[in-house]
Amino acid sequence: MRAAVITFPGSNCDRDLVVAFEGAGFDVTRVWHKDTDLPAGIDIVGIPGGFSFGDYLRCGAIAANSPICQSVVAHANRGGYVIGICNGFQVLTETRLLPGALMRNAGLKFLCKPVALTVADTDSVFTQNYDLGSDVIIPIAHHDGNYTADADTLAQLRGEGRVAFRYAANPNGSADDIAGVLSANKRVLGMMPHPERAVDARHGGTDGARLFAGLAGMLATA
Amino acid sequence: MTDPAITPEVIAAHGLSDDEYARILEIIGRDPNFTELGIFSAMWNEHCSYKSSKKWLRTLPTTGAQVICGPGENAGVVDIGDGQAVVFKMESHNHPSYIEPYQGAATGVGGILRDVFTMGARPIAAMNSLSFGEKDHPKTRQLVHGVVEGVGGYGNCFGVPTVGGEVRFHPAYNGNCLVNAFAAGLADADKIFYSAASGVGMPVVYLGAKTGRDGVGGATMASAEFDETIEEKRPTVQVGDPFTEKRLMEACLELMQTGAVISIQDMGAAGLTCSAVEMGDKGGLGIRLDLDAVPQREAQMTAYEMMLSESQERMLMVLRPEKESVARAVFEKWDLDFAIVGETVAEDRFIICHKGAVVADLPLSQLSSQAPEYDRPWEPTPPAAPLEDVPQIDPIDGLRALLASPNYGSKAWVYEQYDTMVMADTMRAPGAGAGIVRVHGTGKALAFTSDVTPRYVRANPVEGGKQAVAEAYRNLCAVGAKPLATTDNLNFGNPEKPAIMGQFVGAIEGIGAACLALDTPIVSGNVSLYNETDGEPILPTPTICAVGLIDDVELAITDTAREGHVALVLGETTGHLGQSALLAEVFNREDGDAPAVDLDAERKAGDFILANRDMIRACTDLADGGLAIAAFEMALAGDVGVVLDSDDTPTLFGEDQGRYLIACNFDQAEALMGAAAAAGLPLQTVGRFTGDQVSFGASAAALADLAQTFETSFASHFDA
Repeated sequence: MRAAVITFPGSNCDRDLVVAFEGAGFDVTRVWHKDTDLPAGIDIVGIPGGFSFGDYLRCGAIAANSPICQSVVAHANRGGYVIGICNGFQVLTETRLLPGALMRNAGLKFLCKPVALTVADTDSVFTQNYDLGSDVIIPIAHHDGNYTADADTLAQLRGEGRVAFRYAANPNGSADDIAGVLSANKRVLGMMPHPERAVDARHGGTDGARLFAGLAGMLATA
Repeated sequence: MTDPAITPEVIAAHGLSDDEYARILEIIGRDPNFTELGIFSAMWNEHCSYKSSKKWLRTLPTTGAQVICGPGENAGVVDIGDGQAVVFKMESHNHPSYIEPYQGAATGVGGILRDVFTMGARPIAAMNSLSFGEKDHPKTRQLVHGVVEGVGGYGNCFGVPTVGGEVRFHPAYNGNCLVNAFAAGLADADKIFYSAASGVGMPVVYLGAKTGRDGVGGATMASAEFDETIEEKRPTVQVGDPFTEKRLMEACLELMQTGAVISIQDMGAAGLTCSAVEMGDKGGLGIRLDLDAVPQREAQMTAYEMMLSESQERMLMVLRPEKESVARAVFEKWDLDFAIVGETVAEDRFIICHKGAVVADLPLSQLSSQAPEYDRPWEPTPPAAPLEDVPQIDPIDGLRALLASPNYGSKAWVYEQYDTMVMADTMRAPGAGAGIVRVHGTGKALAFTSDVTPRYVRANPVEGGKQAVAEAYRNLCAVGAKPLATTDNLNFGNPEKPAIMGQFVGAIEGIGAACLALDTPIVSGNVSLYNETDGEPILPTPTICAVGLIDDVELAITDTAREGHVALVLGETTGHLGQSALLAEVFNREDGDAPAVDLDAERKAGDFILANRDMIRACTDLADGGLAIAAFEMALAGDVGVVLDSDDTPTLFGEDQGRYLIACNFDQAEALMGAAAAAGLPLQTVGRFTGDQVSFGASAAALADLAQTFETSFASHFDA
């Protein structure tokens, strides 16, 4: 299984995501934002957290227009897998691979703490290792994680089982308590919480590791 | 534009005394021009020259088998085995943060991170120690919000986890808040980069962000008291850009891998001036700079402005000439400025050229070596008056009063605004003693703590200085880390007042004695003086940050107390209430002496904890608030009640030093008792962890009820 992790200037969870992928058995290639092509034979692209381009203009907006993102969009449109975490989720909404947008937290402050997420759908490679309706502990660390979309989109996400995770106690004002959403083909996941920070029992717990392990298991047999 | 003439007013406005100006005339044998005067003032102000403190700083212990590089470089370097080193320092940004809290605090964090990665280390942990005025003072709320957001805004974006710190409130900080920022980085012990230039004719390269007019005169500002004209100083505060700093770090670390760097120095206080002089002076070389080559953000900047600008996110480097194209490519990759702005010269000269003319030509080595040094008159702090009677109180009422104060309530409101987990190696986030970060990819970890009890230092600078080091030492031992070394951030009032200078001298004596006895040398540090407004000084606040090594992460003491665990206190309890939290928060009194520190007992107790790590489930040091606060916090962390036998005020709230609270099961307690008896150390059972109540003798309250007070007290003051 091969994963590519993109680094934008200002990405700061890129190494953490590489570690999480490698821990699950992936062969990981790091890709610079000025590159135009993804390495051949990539199964999944990871867009890490951080502050790409300093969050200037709008979180994720400049990154979404960087050269590599055209290839990421093409990869997704061919049915490829993509995971965007935190700033990566913001980038995915800016590329329109995922609907909606992430606004400033309702409390207006940056918020970092472990939170409980309720698994809202298990019909994806990302979530199939979890029990539907169970709670998992994954940390958040963001200033702009308040998910919003119009009522029709929210109804559609709910109806199509595209809400992957919900906050058990909404920390940031997100519509419908949404912490992570899937694309229509369920091959693109964007989530604000950081599963890559929950892959070691000594720090952060291992609830995030189940996401990467599930991914590895499914892609290995695919 | 012509430069102003050098008048007595202009000299005074640069913070130079008549004697200091006379010294300049003697060194250069002529009148300086305006740019040269600016350069002297930048090099000779208190902030850069340490002229009031140097004499005393020399007395601190700075060496040890573990020390790779002590004070004098951008940060201290300490061996952590396996060819790795931890690089760390703490620095203040007090004056700017009071004037412009967000940017002042943000650039304080930026400055300390630069100090660390300049040495070739990737930052892996940050802490901050914040002191504010009383909670209801009209300025405090704005400062708390601004400073915390600024610290978070910079560190979060840069991508370093904040793993510890302190927040305190006291009326003595009403006119001067303190913002002390710490950073630690990880490097290979044989790949540390230093600032000394070498080789004649080597290119001097400017890296990073462009130079603007921000921060001109900032270091001079930090060398004077505040008065009612403070608002006029706002333009002297720098503006931070953590995005640029993150790229600058990545580019510098990448560049260092290429072998292109001879020496490197970040541009902090007094920017281009200080960094160039530092590199030349340490290497015994002169430097020529061509200011026309300096990347500039604003038009028509004068030589004076460029030499004194404190624009952030800039570095100066001496480069191996044959590697220029490699180096340039790295910086172009990260979209950062890279400009050759000068060269090293053999003569002892600091030559500044601008628009085809030489605008400054000074003897370089004398700019730093001939900086004034003062033996300021000082008075020893008189012994504290004896403690007046302290009435017995209901101990639960006492605990509740402490928890309701923002000084002792949960600081989650603060640290949840900091990214405490980025880099995914944080084993222990803030909120429970020392922070712990795994050394990436290894079975080792580093522990970090920041401590000082300013009330103690005011009452008794020597014991208070010792106490700050001892508490830091205990906080490291309590998580199973062997204390390695310390950095100090010495915040005091106006050193020209003998009583203040006496506090400084006393605190240094105590810190030095403790660092020597506990084998935790000072490897870096910073002094911030003139923290006074309208003649009112801050509490003397020598912040001590200490770093410890956990050789095996499996032996870190990071568990919590559980139902049925025994509560033990290691160390002797006499019930010292002088200068205690209870007195201050409940009785509004700050009398009595600081608790005495027995350094020999501290060492033995620390060694005992480390030797018996495997039998200790949870451990915390006993500090301000005494056993009552420690037992409550340990109970809360384990979500289990605690029953202590005593209801005696001095026993529960006394702040005797050298003590730890330990939780473990009965068998472990028996074994520990035996070990303590064999070592001749006092260890006694004080109660047990059980149920869902906090009980001190006959007085009790539900843990959940006290937790509610603890968890809401800070937010209720600052969010309401």
